[in-house]
Amino acid sequence: MAGNTEPLSSRARLAVTAGKAAAAVSRAAGRGSGSVIGGKVALRLDPDLLRRLAQHLDVILVSATNGKTTTTRLIAEALRAAGPVVSNALGANMPAGITSALAGGSDARFGVIEVDEKYLAGVARDTTPKAIALLNLSRDQLDRAAETRMLAEKWREGLAGTKAVVIANADDPLIVWAASSSPNVVWVAAGQEWKDDAWSCPSCGGVMQRPGDDWFCAQCGFRRPSPGWALRDDHVLDPHGSAWPIHLQLPGRANKANATTSAAVAATFGVPPGVALQRMYQVQAVAGRYDVVSFQGRDLRLLLAKNPAGWLETFSLIDPPPTPVILSVNARGADGTDTSWLWDVDYTRLAGHPICVLGDRRLDLAVRLEVAGLTFRVCETLDEAVQYAPPGRIEVIANYTAFQDLRRRVGN
Amino acid sequence: MTDSSLRLVWIYPDLLSTYGDQGNALVVERRAHQRRLNVSRVDVRSDQPVPTSGDIYLIGGGEDRPQRLAAERLRRDGGLNRAVANGAIVFSVCAGYQILGHEFVNDLGQREAGLGLLDVVSTRGEGERCVGDVLADIDPNLNLPPLTGFENHQGITHLGQSARPFARTRLGRGNGTGDGTEGAFNDTVFGTYMHGPVMARNPHIADLLLKLALDVNALPPVDDRWYDALRDERINAATQPA
Repeated sequence: MAGNTEPLSSRARLAVTAGKAAAAVSRAAGRGSGSVIGGKVALRLDPDLLRRLAQHLDVILVSATNGKTTTTRLIAEALRAAGPVVSNALGANMPAGITSALAGGSDARFGVIEVDEKYLAGVARDTTPKAIALLNLSRDQLDRAAETRMLAEKWREGLAGTKAVVIANADDPLIVWAASSSPNVVWVAAGQEWKDDAWSCPSCGGVMQRPGDDWFCAQCGFRRPSPGWALRDDHVLDPHGSAWPIHLQLPGRANKANATTSAAVAATFGVPPGVALQRMYQVQAVAGRYDVVSFQGRDLRLLLAKNPAGWLETFSLIDPPPTPVILSVNARGADGTDTSWLWDVDYTRLAGHPICVLGDRRLDLAVRLEVAGLTFRVCETLDEAVQYAPPGRIEVIANYTAFQDLRRRVGN
Repeated sequence: MTDSSLRLVWIYPDLLSTYGDQGNALVVERRAHQRRLNVSRVDVRSDQPVPTSGDIYLIGGGEDRPQRLAAERLRRDGGLNRAVANGAIVFSVCAGYQILGHEFVNDLGQREAGLGLLDVVSTRGEGERCVGDVLADIDPNLNLPPLTGFENHQGITHLGQSARPFARTRLGRGNGTGDGTEGAFNDTVFGTYMHGPVMARNPHIADLLLKLALDVNALPPVDDRWYDALRDERINAATQPA
């Protein structure tokens, strides 16, 4: 509880101060927010700092392949109804970034923390969370990441016997497998459009059967748990059977799912769904994602999609044809350097949209779209793509570093 | 030729479709359609029998456990071996390539029997994983332009007497044996470590499979503008220091 106020040691205070100084230097040098460098300096001085900072907080961890930054933000907004919140809202989700974020919130009651998938077990060990939200797992950056099922397996081992309430997506078999070692799980039917990483049973390897929204392994009996919470159309269904309408400013089915999970998390801390959802409606954009910006006299909506599951969810939220679409893909370190995943994305979903392609790997996109039988234009710059786009708000979909490039260009 | 009907079989998308290799099926389909060839694609899940009447079979890469499951199910099914005995063409990538050999090392660290359709044996490398862009020269008998692709594997594949190296690497690791070989082939069965997917980067391989399946020497040309641009870019990127 927040009442547990063993004061920070002088070493920990020094570490926090040194970290903040390093962050300030980094900011002054124009090298980003400085949260990661600040955290690194602080952790170097006091390796135990994350644990110590977390001790004073009710910690909520959020991890997933997709939607973790947005969901962290939604949970943070909802919990502010119950007390002050500190959060790594900018998506610096490895131990250094997390340490830095927590160091900035000495008065907070709640620490709402997004955690990179690879670090979840370790951060859960260090921070003794009260709640852990697990949204989805799918293929992402396979040139450097662990196998998707192995990630679920590591979560399962790392969370075995955790004291935290685990709020987990019942519709993703890998998430159910990961959460199944935890004694206290709240299952949420949050949906998962992407199914191609869970056709074989994470438990026994049998072929998964998926009639309608259900799923089960005919071989070993591993099956979808009965959910307490559910997203149904535009409503959150709570365990008492009440339906709460969702009126988010954030677009798309995936964000309704994120809101449903967030409402379930908020409820474990005594915040009723109506209050939690009301607070989530204030969120317009998250770290630039979903932001509508004005550029060259046109409205551009900036959408981040980093992997096949993310692209699939994004296609389902964009405005219908003839809305123009700009796609931008890079393959720098943070994106994964292999572009093969583009072929796991069903680009025929964009039929009828005028399309421009951009980014370091626009030629990979060009071949992908050619083979999908689509008409498109290859552009060198965003300016050129925007000039070419027919009237109407432009949907701009980009992967990680391409998205950062776009934000810089439009001054967002 | 326009009345020819080709059967394209995509093996085990539930297990071996993790690295975008279904792009190979899409490219073969697309280039067949562009030649007005009638092509039907069948996706075979690992709880379904592998049809024996296909003309071209494609198998992709996958993670270690799915690879073992796929080998078990393909051995038990036997359909792919029967299809090859009937003269079918098979093109395999990475984990799929290893499965077509005599044996490989599975996720449990044990030797796992393959299908014996290629005279190769795969082991697991002790060193660093092979990850990155590859540039290689394809066996001159196949008369194809240089091979460009992306490799991502821990396996090392040794070729036996009756398998020929598919290509010789200029950059990258390929079979990982240190002798510069990449992939393997015999009359109708091909294996490579290349993703990208390999046919998006090398559409002439898709054409080669179509020609072998149709038993023709040439196909009408199609517009290769974007493929060529991508190839140039990737070959330049691979040959220029970062």
